[in-house]
Amino acid sequence: MNIYTAIILMAVTTYLIRMLPFTLFQREIKNKTVKSFLFYVPFACLTAMTIPSILYATQSMISAAAGLVVALILGWNKKSLPVVAVAACVTVFIFERILL
Amino acid sequence: MIDSLPIAAGYLGVSFTFGILAVSYGIDAGTATLISLLNLTSAGQFAGITAIAGGAGYLELFLTQLIINLRYSLMSLSLSQKLSKDFDTKKRLIASFVITDEIFAVASSKEEPVRFPYMVGLGVPPIIGWTLGTFLGAVAGSNLPASIGSALSVALYAMFVAIVLPPAREHRPVALVAVIALVISCLLYYIPAFDNIGSGFSVIITTIIAAGLGAVFFPVEE
Repeated sequence: MNIYTAIILMAVTTYLIRMLPFTLFQREIKNKTVKSFLFYVPFACLTAMTIPSILYATQSMISAAAGLVVALILGWNKKSLPVVAVAACVTVFIFERILL
Repeated sequence: MIDSLPIAAGYLGVSFTFGILAVSYGIDAGTATLISLLNLTSAGQFAGITAIAGGAGYLELFLTQLIINLRYSLMSLSLSQKLSKDFDTKKRLIASFVITDEIFAVASSKEEPVRFPYMVGLGVPPIIGWTLGTFLGAVAGSNLPASIGSALSVALYAMFVAIVLPPAREHRPVALVAVIALVISCLLYYIPAFDNIGSGFSVIITTIIAAGLGAVFFPVEE
């Protein structure tokens, strides 16, 4: 696979997804099931991308799990995205300092 | 323009981690920056380079982008109802490029109709932040010690967790959909029979099943 072809494919696909409804559709989606599906998509998709991949993202599964736990606790308490991200990174760093 | 500065600052940080990840996948700084300039989407790019690094084909890459970014079509549909009268097709073709989760959130929160100059002001600083952050992350990423790179690699995942949990806490169906997605994703990952399913397809399959079950069993009320 050519990387630049892949990038153009990604860019065009993403642009069309944004552009087509913005320019073509004048009516609102009425179908409740379709609307509900689109509402749930981000949550299902983000979860699928995170679990279990996060466990294999670092040098040690234990440090990754610690980072995940910190992100879960702070996310549950509605901390802002940068705060959660930085806290998880620091946790991983500290755990790897101790472990490795 | 002022409204978009916090978004631009946030993007600078997120894209920094994207740049680091891209370099760790063997993508050079210029190419990573190009990806961010042309795509302007976090989850889609993240999944995209994961699919590319995992040796996915064009079809898998296309479907990954389609499924992950499908939410933008709902946002742009919703936003298209809020535009000012002079927002013609040419302006829509330009403005639609900058519809992201955060820009949509700010634009749709406005009381008055959204005008073209406002959308441009809302879009340009985040594009700069997103592209610059990627470049800086990619350059820094090539020279980072393993311990720092390892720590930073959880940043995007942690952000995804922080996006999903607050609404999951408020709305039980969202929590159930997330748990279903978690279970399916783990099954696809750990059961040897599914080993030949790429990570991109795994995300697509998981998303369709979990969001589909959510739509059928917990339709969203207006």
